[in-house]
Amino acid sequence: CVVMADDESQYTIKEGDYVVLKRGDIFKAVQIQPRKKVIFEKQWFFLDNAVGHLYSSTFEIVSGGTLQPQKLRGTESNAKEAGTDNRNIVDDGKSQKLTRDDIETLKEKGLKGQEIIQQLIKNSSTFRGKTEYAQDKYIKKKKKKYENTVTILKPSCRILAMMYHGREPGKICHLRYDTLAQMLTLANIHAGSKVLVFETCAGLVLGAVMERMGGYGSVIQMYPGGGPVRAGVESFGFPANFHDMLHEFPICHVNSLLAGTLDTTAKDPTAGSAAEEKKVKLEKKRKKLAAAADLLKGRDADGLVIASRFHPCPVLMGLLKFLSPSRPFVVYSQYKEPLIECYTKLKEHGGAVSLRLTDTWLRHYQVLPNRTHPLLLMSGGGGYLLSGTTVTMDGAKPAGSQRAEEPAAKRPKLTHTEG
Amino acid sequence: MSFVEYSDFIQDGDVAIIYLGHDSMMPVKVQQGAQTQTRYGVIRHSTDLIGQRYGSKVTCSKGGWVHVLHPTPELWTVCLPHRTQILYTTDIATITMMLELKPGSIVCESGTGSGSLSHGILRTIAPTGHLHTVEFHQQRAEKVAEEFKEHRVGHLVTVRNQDVCKDGFGVTGVADAVFLDIPSPWEAVGHAKAALKTQGGRLCSFSPCIEQVQRTCEVLTDHGFEEISTMEVLLRVHDVRTVPLPLPDFGPDPSAQTQPETGEEPHPMCSPNPPSITMKTTTPPREMPGHTGYLTFATKPRT
Repeated sequence: CVVMADDESQYTIKEGDYVVLKRGDIFKAVQIQPRKKVIFEKQWFFLDNAVGHLYSSTFEIVSGGTLQPQKLRGTESNAKEAGTDNRNIVDDGKSQKLTRDDIETLKEKGLKGQEIIQQLIKNSSTFRGKTEYAQDKYIKKKKKKYENTVTILKPSCRILAMMYHGREPGKICHLRYDTLAQMLTLANIHAGSKVLVFETCAGLVLGAVMERMGGYGSVIQMYPGGGPVRAGVESFGFPANFHDMLHEFPICHVNSLLAGTLDTTAKDPTAGSAAEEKKVKLEKKRKKLAAAADLLKGRDADGLVIASRFHPCPVLMGLLKFLSPSRPFVVYSQYKEPLIECYTKLKEHGGAVSLRLTDTWLRHYQVLPNRTHPLLLMSGGGGYLLSGTTVTMDGAKPAGSQRAEEPAAKRPKLTHTEG
Repeated sequence: MSFVEYSDFIQDGDVAIIYLGHDSMMPVKVQQGAQTQTRYGVIRHSTDLIGQRYGSKVTCSKGGWVHVLHPTPELWTVCLPHRTQILYTTDIATITMMLELKPGSIVCESGTGSGSLSHGILRTIAPTGHLHTVEFHQQRAEKVAEEFKEHRVGHLVTVRNQDVCKDGFGVTGVADAVFLDIPSPWEAVGHAKAALKTQGGRLCSFSPCIEQVQRTCEVLTDHGFEEISTMEVLLRVHDVRTVPLPLPDFGPDPSAQTQPETGEEPHPMCSPNPPSITMKTTTPPREMPGHTGYLTFATKPRT
């Protein structure tokens, strides 16, 4: 194999780049624009100084909202003294000698987060009495409050999926990142295939599919309403050639396309020259529609991914027709019941095997010497998936007598007591 | 047919997946003149498979029928010959996203085992990426290399028969991601770090025991890895069922006197066929895999 020399420039932050800001577990996607004020975690600053630095660099926010590259990583807990348990710790609100005003003064003096924390420790009468573990916890808590650093990351599906799930789950139909991971794998998304995507997840699912295809093949966004919504795709910061594989088709034309009555031929209305600009725009739109229609006409797509707030049943039944036989499809819904309906409908209709209704259970762990345990909070649910594989339809009765995948419902057996 | 590219028709030399029923599949090497025995009868490759469309229904000699499917890494995972414990699709999906794999990624993996994860990685990094996989068991390394060739992904992978803890991955400074599934991952962290690009990259270690996780995390921290995060993912299957729910009969209700008399006398005793409703719902399987392994992810910063 030939390993290409790494292009260093892809690791450098440039003006116009879409980046992700990170502090702790908090993410925010932004674009690097000159003199553009960015608000992150109740702080405002400018990203201008980040240009030219490497991705994954951490910056300190200094006065005037300018970024300053962080020189040294904060020295970790240098506690010399520690208590053995909390028998002498009393919550009387008197242990910290610095007042709110004192801290504000320190901040105004331009003390860095790390220095403020050192002051807090010095002025805490109980810090030395805390156990080593409690000291760590104290520092971590204060760090979160006083450290004003920000890390600038290159966007990826992992980061954006976690960001949306953490910040705006409503915008992505509460699709959890591990569920999105399952979708991409169950639908066998890979370079060179032709994939249909129907989503109302701000473009996150579409972007995730595009990332996995790496600019090879074609993605057709089947969109409802007036136009495709995909603000989230921008946040991925894809190279220009990725957009060449992206097509769009309005679902309101699906029926006419299937019936062969969709007219995408050039019209020449020979309108007045005043409407010239509009004509050019319309012509562009028509060409786009014609290109998408051409891709769909053969009904030979390789994958179907659905994640929307629409009822998944009509969406699935309407779009499954565009797949070749022996191709995977996956449908996400925040709710289980509509997917039960999809399952039942597909069983009646035939044309799909290996149907499975699933969800995933996800638990994170704290791993520390002698203090390893699951995190106290976990996500209650990440949504549901119905996945399957298409097969050829034939005249014969589907899901035949040969074997039923669902055991027949038993008649209720009840004993009756007479009188 | 290839595991990284679909074709429409079955050809001589392909690997096809025979779908016998729910969760019952078998892989078949398609060969002119060969036959495959299934519980529904014989499948004759020359007439029943070659030239047929993937996804079509094939009638076996006993009259039963099966579907023939195009192979995918996910289908392969559920029907591959086990030579070791394998990773399943739920973990593979999570690993793929959290390692940020995509076309063009250079990945190191150890051990190769039965190749379940390797196929998933190869599908995602094709056509421009490469997988360096290290397996210390010679026969397993040879067998899996043979399978990669049969599945037409051989050009995307280098199989090395060596001990990753002693000899590393055989490459340095090239990987975007490293995956470890070995008994003592902490012994390979240094090699993993060396294999990753100087610009940084992602690492994943899969371990069934928490003690392994504990040691690995300590060593990862010592080696300067960041964003260390351990998680566990389980698949919950919901079986769709139609269930009858009988309705209770509390006998005639004298307080409901406002109802007009109907011609028919309500039955004084419980009706012989108590009314019931049926509904569609789901049930969990009686048993499910409750633990596969802990997944520990970390980021190697630029060095």
